[in-house]
Amino acid sequence: MSAPLTRAQMAWRVAQDIPNGAYVNLGIGMPEIVANYLPPDREVVFHCENGVLGMGPMPAAGKEDYELISAGKRPVTLVAGGAFVHSADSFAMIRGGHIDICVLGAFQVSVKGDLANWSTGEPDAVPAVGGAMDLAVGARRVFVISEHCTKQGAPKIVARCSYPLTAVGVVSTIYTDLAVIDVTNGGLLVRELIQSLDLADLQRRTGAPLSLARDWRALVAPELP
Amino acid sequence: MHCSALANARRVVIDKRVANVVQAVAGIGDGATIHISGFGEAGNPTELIHALIDQGARELTVVSNNAGNGHLGLAALLEAGRVRKVICSFPRSSHAEVFIGLYRAGKIELELVPQGTLAERIRAGGAGIGAFYTPTTVGTPLAAGKEVRTINGRDYVLEYPIRADFALVKAELADRWGNLVFRMAARNFGPPMCMAADTTIVQVRRIVERGEIDPEHVVTPGIFVDRIVEVAKPISEVAVLLGKASAP
Repeated sequence: MSAPLTRAQMAWRVAQDIPNGAYVNLGIGMPEIVANYLPPDREVVFHCENGVLGMGPMPAAGKEDYELISAGKRPVTLVAGGAFVHSADSFAMIRGGHIDICVLGAFQVSVKGDLANWSTGEPDAVPAVGGAMDLAVGARRVFVISEHCTKQGAPKIVARCSYPLTAVGVVSTIYTDLAVIDVTNGGLLVRELIQSLDLADLQRRTGAPLSLARDWRALVAPELP
Repeated sequence: MHCSALANARRVVIDKRVANVVQAVAGIGDGATIHISGFGEAGNPTELIHALIDQGARELTVVSNNAGNGHLGLAALLEAGRVRKVICSFPRSSHAEVFIGLYRAGKIELELVPQGTLAERIRAGGAGIGAFYTPTTVGTPLAAGKEVRTINGRDYVLEYPIRADFALVKAELADRWGNLVFRMAARNFGPPMCMAADTTIVQVRRIVERGEIDPEHVVTPGIFVDRIVEVAKPISEVAVLLGKASAP
């Protein structure tokens, strides 16, 4: 197991760090698949900002109800014990610090935990922000799940975000296909690293200084479809 | 004697029901600001919006989480050229080609508001709050030009309420007093929008007798509602988008 993690393996790795009893919001895109890999012994409540508390798995084919959708506008189900709320209450849950963990994608994360994930700032882009800024400032912990570098090979973990910010100093942990990195007051701390790389290799793919945690270990994930 | 006089008087009842969607949207004038409920394809008052298109009001400002799907509902209102400005959080959804075309052509104004700030600005508008401070957008381009205040060591951005002249909302059940029950995630912006308009107009799948809705289950009480119209089989926007139903 030395290759970079697949997207499924990255989602699996995030899921291992979601504790029992947590209220969790999964952002749109890759974060949504984290729910598929939650260890079966954990009871976690998934929140969708459109007013679903207790989101369950996708419905069986033919059972879709488009009045029961996720923030990504996909049909979902509600688990026993779930509840529906209106948008102002849903964002009170987010902004009021009631959501323990939010998992978000990122264009860039800075060494200070600044997050850029809503706009690339291109002049002809139609701006759209949705709930990203509220989630980033409101959740108690923000996990970022993202490839370590862009498709062009540029680092996504940077000294300073060049894209418009979503929020300042909010990211707790970054889960990439190469490493698990904590954002700390002392800088970026590598907790886990795939076995085919050493810290110098990872540093070359990263736009901000890294240090290796004293108790760092290999980043390994099971084979997943 | 006084009591019997009251008993004999003809009772004037509160009855917010109107006969059809045409009557429901009567009186919406040019230049009005309108709240429109819904998130994606859930909770959109599509029949009320089409009645508004037929009614003809122009130069509207629309407050809604998204900016229309496909070519019906809010997208159709935009396509008919009736909307001057949209206040929303996510206008770039997967079927938002009408808005995107108008925006790129410079034919529509956009005020982009984070979703939680949008919901709270509407709620504040209904609750008589003059303004509020939120941590959302601090240090981002969306805080540009706004007052920032440090409260207990944390920075917050000043935001003002959004009230509308009219709210168009979809719910599930109503009685003639306007008590409302919503259905699942179609609730979204409905309850705060009902509170924050001079005239709140709600389409529901079913109107029931007063007392049939358990008071413990009323989500929006009738005090926030002005007109109710029954649309028993509302169009499913997603069914149209998926080609499983035809547009009205």
